[in-house]
Amino acid sequence: MLRLENVEVIYDDVILVLKGLSLQVPSGRIVALLGPNGAGKSTTLKAISGLLEAEEGEVTDGAIEFEGQRIEDLPPEKIVRRGIFQVMEGRRVFEDLTVDENITMGGFTRHDRAELQRDREMCFNYFPRLRDLRGRLAGYLSGGEQQMLAISRALMARPKLILLDEPSLGLSPLLVQEIFAIIGRINREEKSTFLLVEQNANLALSIAHFGYIMEGGHIVLEGEPEKLKSNEDVKEFYLSGGGKKSYKAIKSYRRRKRWLS
Amino acid sequence: MDFFLQLTINGLVVGSIYALVALGFVIIYKSSGVLNFAQGEFLLIGAYFFLAILENARVPLLVALGLTVVSATLLGLLMERLVLRPMIGEPIISVIMVTLGLSSILRAIVQGIWGTDTHPFPALFESSPIQIGPLPVSRGYLFSVVSSAVLLLAFTLFFRFARVGVAMRATAFSQQVALSMGISVKHIFAISWSIAAVVSALGGVLLGALRGGVDGSLAVIGMKALPVVILGGLDSIGGAILGGLIIGVLENLSGGYLDPYFGGGVKEVAPFVVLVLILMVKPYGLFGKVRIERV
Repeated sequence: MLRLENVEVIYDDVILVLKGLSLQVPSGRIVALLGPNGAGKSTTLKAISGLLEAEEGEVTDGAIEFEGQRIEDLPPEKIVRRGIFQVMEGRRVFEDLTVDENITMGGFTRHDRAELQRDREMCFNYFPRLRDLRGRLAGYLSGGEQQMLAISRALMARPKLILLDEPSLGLSPLLVQEIFAIIGRINREEKSTFLLVEQNANLALSIAHFGYIMEGGHIVLEGEPEKLKSNEDVKEFYLSGGGKKSYKAIKSYRRRKRWLS
Repeated sequence: MDFFLQLTINGLVVGSIYALVALGFVIIYKSSGVLNFAQGEFLLIGAYFFLAILENARVPLLVALGLTVVSATLLGLLMERLVLRPMIGEPIISVIMVTLGLSSILRAIVQGIWGTDTHPFPALFESSPIQIGPLPVSRGYLFSVVSSAVLLLAFTLFFRFARVGVAMRATAFSQQVALSMGISVKHIFAISWSIAAVVSALGGVLLGALRGGVDGSLAVIGMKALPVVILGGLDSIGGAILGGLIIGVLENLSGGYLDPYFGGGVKEVAPFVVLVLILMVKPYGLFGKVRIERV
């Protein structure tokens, strides 16, 4: 469905952030994109959704293909109309609009009124808490409720592919569990495809069908969640608590990430 | 008492036009966070357009008004295209500075074409007043108040209920997030600048008709809308209405009662004194949105 081929992104004409990144997202799947801070995960999402444009970033090389067509030069509003919707990092709800208005904005590109009304109901079914907050200004919602709103906004566009940027950011572990469970449900019930960026690798791999690990602007490891979880380096650097620290293993402190896979 | 009533009515009429011009400010601010300092020139251009159409084309009044609206729309689109689109993504303060420059350029162009003399406005309304209760009110006044009221109401509803209206508020909050919803920020800006140009042009025509002539000082009156919007809250249409009326009435009352003691000029200062006092109590203006800060 989505294919990135050797994508290179440069910010401000000088800062090379993505250095030949390739990945694929098959239809109907949840694909996780993991990696440390500064690896270029968010940049990857923005390159796909076209939002780089507003940040002086540019795809300078490679190709981004969605359903067989190149999209790397399209403006963001056209990309949304093609069916890709990004839920940005840090939720970014319209704080001075009500919950209802925020949801309306999610469906901005659509004009089928009856269907929109049905999808609004669908959002409230996934996130019943939002129904009671409909008239409330989004800025006064809690972090978790805002994340629910941000995901609802995405659902309203009825996208083929949803790009989720760190949905767990700043939320309590319990809430994160709840939101991830719902993401899994949406994937199963609405057949939505997700590309999920996360710091919390454990959680992301628990719902993903496939995972990529990126570092320094390119993919260093990829595979099924099971395979990634059993990889020694992933265990040590991302899943924390993977290493049983015995004296025998003490030299692992000096060991660098090798990504032998 | 008659003197007081007369001043108050004058104030309300002028105030309703201030409110209309302030609406132009508010619309641009609401969608882009930019203060448009060229608003006064939009007013001026609207009035001159109207005059030129009326003098040269010899068409009925309403047609001339319609044509003014059309040309104001085009002016707004042109401004967006030439001046604002290249500034998308730049800091707000740069854009505000650009509008300041735009104001000088537009004024120079207008003076180049129409000169600096006052152009007399034809009488648009019959001079016989209409009786409202015990008070005779001139038709021009009544027309100004009613048309301002209708426009203000229309735009209040537009921002509350129309999808594009809500999208404009969304864009004001964050252009990037609006983009991620598939909202075309370029279109939103084009729409808001056109609307602002149109309401200002109408305000210009009304003011020209009330004063009986057009010259450069009309643009200065346009800038009176600045204290109005700051008083009412930069992003509130309701605030623009109330702010406009308050400033209009205050100006006239203080001018009428205090000028004899201070030797004139009170009219110009009074609104700003009140402005400062109100902002000390309500820093976001009477109805401005209070920024939601999470801690």
